[in-house]
Amino acid sequence: MKKELISLRVNGRTHELAIEPSALLLDALRLDLQLTGSKRGCDDSSCGACTVQVDGVAMMSCTLLAASCEGQEITTIEGVSEHGSLAAIQKAYGDWGGAQCGYCTPGFIMTVKSLLAENPDPTENDIRAALSSNLCRCTGYNQMYEAIRSAIAAEREGMAAK
Amino acid sequence: MSSHFSIIGKPTAMIDAAEKTTGAGKYTDDLSLPGMLIGKILHSPYPHARIKRIDTSRAEKLDGVVAVAVGTDAPNPFGILPVGHDEHALALDKVRYVGDNVACVAAISEAIAEKAIELIDVEYELLPAYFDPEESMKAQADLIHDNKPGNLEKDYHHVFGDPDRGFAEADEIAEARFIANEVTHAAMEPHSTLASFELDPHTGKLGRLTVWSSTQVPYYLQHKLSLVLEMPMQQIRVIKPLVGGGFGGKSEVIPLEIIAAIAARKAKAPVKITYTREEVFWAHRGRPRTIVDLKTGVKNDGRITAVKARVVQDGGAYCSYGVVTILYSGALLGALYDIPNIQYDGYRVLTNKPACGAMRGHGTVNVRFAFETQLDELAAKIGVDPAEIRQRNLLKPPCITVNGLRVQSYGLPECIEKTVSRSGWSERRGKLPKGRGLGMACSHYVSGAANSIIRSDMPHSTVNIKIDRDGGVVVYTGASEIGQGSDTMTAQIAAETLGCSLSRVRVIAADTDLTPIDIGSYSSRVTFMAGNATLRAASEVKKLIAAAAAKKMGCGVEALIFRGGQVLKKAGSPTLDLADRSVRPTPAEASVSGRVEGQILRGSLQQKRKEEGPKDSMTFEEAVVAAIDFHGALTGTGSYAPPLEARGGKHKGAGVGPSPAYSYSAQVAEVSVDEDTGEVTVHKVWAAHDCGRALNPVSVEGQIIGSVWMGMGQALTEELVWKDGMLMNPGLLEYRSPSAVESPAVEPIIVESIDPEGPFGAKECSEGSLAATIPAIANAIYDAVGIRLHESPFTPERVLAALRAKKKAKSLNLTEGVDPTAPDRFREHGGALCFKGKGPERHAQDPSPREVPAGGAD
Repeated sequence: MKKELISLRVNGRTHELAIEPSALLLDALRLDLQLTGSKRGCDDSSCGACTVQVDGVAMMSCTLLAASCEGQEITTIEGVSEHGSLAAIQKAYGDWGGAQCGYCTPGFIMTVKSLLAENPDPTENDIRAALSSNLCRCTGYNQMYEAIRSAIAAEREGMAAK
Repeated sequence: MSSHFSIIGKPTAMIDAAEKTTGAGKYTDDLSLPGMLIGKILHSPYPHARIKRIDTSRAEKLDGVVAVAVGTDAPNPFGILPVGHDEHALALDKVRYVGDNVACVAAISEAIAEKAIELIDVEYELLPAYFDPEESMKAQADLIHDNKPGNLEKDYHHVFGDPDRGFAEADEIAEARFIANEVTHAAMEPHSTLASFELDPHTGKLGRLTVWSSTQVPYYLQHKLSLVLEMPMQQIRVIKPLVGGGFGGKSEVIPLEIIAAIAARKAKAPVKITYTREEVFWAHRGRPRTIVDLKTGVKNDGRITAVKARVVQDGGAYCSYGVVTILYSGALLGALYDIPNIQYDGYRVLTNKPACGAMRGHGTVNVRFAFETQLDELAAKIGVDPAEIRQRNLLKPPCITVNGLRVQSYGLPECIEKTVSRSGWSERRGKLPKGRGLGMACSHYVSGAANSIIRSDMPHSTVNIKIDRDGGVVVYTGASEIGQGSDTMTAQIAAETLGCSLSRVRVIAADTDLTPIDIGSYSSRVTFMAGNATLRAASEVKKLIAAAAAKKMGCGVEALIFRGGQVLKKAGSPTLDLADRSVRPTPAEASVSGRVEGQILRGSLQQKRKEEGPKDSMTFEEAVVAAIDFHGALTGTGSYAPPLEARGGKHKGAGVGPSPAYSYSAQVAEVSVDEDTGEVTVHKVWAAHDCGRALNPVSVEGQIIGSVWMGMGQALTEELVWKDGMLMNPGLLEYRSPSAVESPAVEPIIVESIDPEGPFGAKECSEGSLAATIPAIANAIYDAVGIRLHESPFTPERVLAALRAKKKAKSLNLTEGVDPTAPDRFREHGGALCFKGKGPERHAQDPSPREVPAGGAD
């Protein structure tokens, strides 16, 4: 298939890419832009390891055409650390054991960021429902809930301090 | 007690946590090299067939294809066990399961490689295939492996004590068949390997091989690569990048890892192969479907008098870890309770399905499900509380069990006590509303095998530590971080021993060029063995530092304390009147450095220290610099080999089961059962685990919760479904790994029995809890609705069938007419897996491409 030129806006930067129209967003990120933080755990949106945000909405990049994302704002895990330091949710995932092998972690963090943007004060059921789009085989999810609660508290404290 | 430590026992974020949460960390599939090719593997469409001809010529001619590898390119057999060298990286003469590896294409892109796969022509002669282990054992002809009569990989027959007398003495005997269906690891990271050869400057030909691979066992991989590629081990470097979960699925050499190297050699270019999720399911090596015929006898007071188990494991087409699995199933009947008489008959059977191997709780899980369920039934029969019957059968350690296992630390009594009190067992059991119940079960696991699978006297773990003038502590270990926290544990032990901060420690792990041999991450051996080796290496370096510091501080080494980045003199210890308080070494002490006078810069710390005279404390850095002036860079080596007393009995097969220490677990599960739909919901699990000492409580709790959760998956939803050797559910949705919505709250309870031989008393914490969860849920279902389930997983169909049987109602065939495995509704999973040949019939509405690939049907 002949390649076409598209421009993709990822983590606040615009990239010109020559890709096949059938290329998936995940492949464009991982192979063309070397943003390997988004992972491939399956090929059919069943695991969520490839989750990124497209215009603020958590989407699975393994079943999304890269060309269809032109003109949209894509955020990957690489765009989450703020000003060279860990975002509260990243720090909390480390501190509370929310990540073990870490392969699913980028996808989970993107899902959690979308959840918190929409619902800054989620109940445990809200959290469980949101996380159910992603699979983890290590943690049994329990320590992720703690991490998310602690990240919310840390963000609040940060806000109050300002 | 733990306040005595500065780092051990404190909740600690993993040292690689930021790499994982920012996406910066590299897993194998994230790596690429200039000129790298992508490999794709052609798999067998038939469960059992002879390969008559392979024609790769059309594939080779496709533009962009660099090489096509077949079995004859590297015909040496291999296997993880020395007794089980029955696999070939690519099939030579026969394929033995649907998905067996036939050929590999290396091409400039994945798309071209996939296209080329379809151009390979393979002619097969079909053979009768065996799918059921009990049928397979009757085979007379067309054996799966010619040297395995009756398709029997291995059988063992053990008798300890006098089981017949034991049963004669019993007041109550239960006997039943239990079936645990097949489950798989489904680690989130699909297997991936990148292989690259260097050109040798002297011969001008392909020389050293470097392999990056998602493996739990870099050393074994190096060993098997050497065997198959006929290269000396020192010419092969295996590097383990981050690994996205293993659970045993990466604890042996998966053919893909060798195929990548074969393809790289043939293509003369780096080759990376990453499995699709479907291929991961076919690669498998999971927990075999196990049939357990179990008989247990008890006295009226609850004491177990005898146990007899006949275990048949459906091992799949190759040996893999099979011999070890079937031995663990028998050996780990011991070392949990005091059982005076045991008879065990174990059969590991070959079938034409993907090989089963090691999976979390290796060998013990399915038998433990049967045993703990039967014990619960007996408790009900004799009217003893399920917690009580377990307490009446405790071991009295230190002891050696009837089957030769040495038990020292034993936290089981405390585990039972704590789960009982935290769950409100005594007040709530049997008093919950209808449909809701509590169940209890216990389990245990080894902290590493006392006998390595490669018989030798080599230490199981060796660790090197280097401290240079910058004061940075570099720990070199072959132990493999796979998400369980191995690197963090290593850093913690080194930092605690040296009394320095964690940030000073850098762990270089699992790179066969840099790190000493460690046999890898499996059988929960890392904390105990690599931990002990780290402790010894750090103690050795500490001695060097202490000698220098003592001299400078004018006291004996025994008066020094290393803590909080300081070397301190214990209060009240005498100051020795040393004639020479300078740092100048004696000739013997200067042996290594060949120190040149005047090497130390004026104004340096030493110089300052020399002028100031002895003090009561030094910083860690000052002490290190003082020691380096005697020795040059400080190095220490520590290794660990299990003690002889822990290596088990003398009977055939006694090598498997013994461990230097066992972990213990007791659990209470609270479930509810919907009697209309048969759906089981687990609300909460209280899980107490005796891990010896929790070096890092966050990690220990994470491992306990993760084990319980994975056990719950096996108990309720996870099951590989087969139809004539075809896997019906090779995807993460169909396999039904539980999501956050279905997952219970788990309350981890850490019990510390302080093992006399563990590093700081620590034992394993990553596997032992899994086995208790399945029977705890089964027993809770009994408490809730009064049915005994003898086949896992406890799906709504099985629960409903048991409920109807209890009411003596006619059983319902819920799946009648909608059985997805019925032949007329068969849907070929032909999308991702590259099959060649006619394969099974397609369903009329199958959406996958219809066109017969060029090359034609056979």
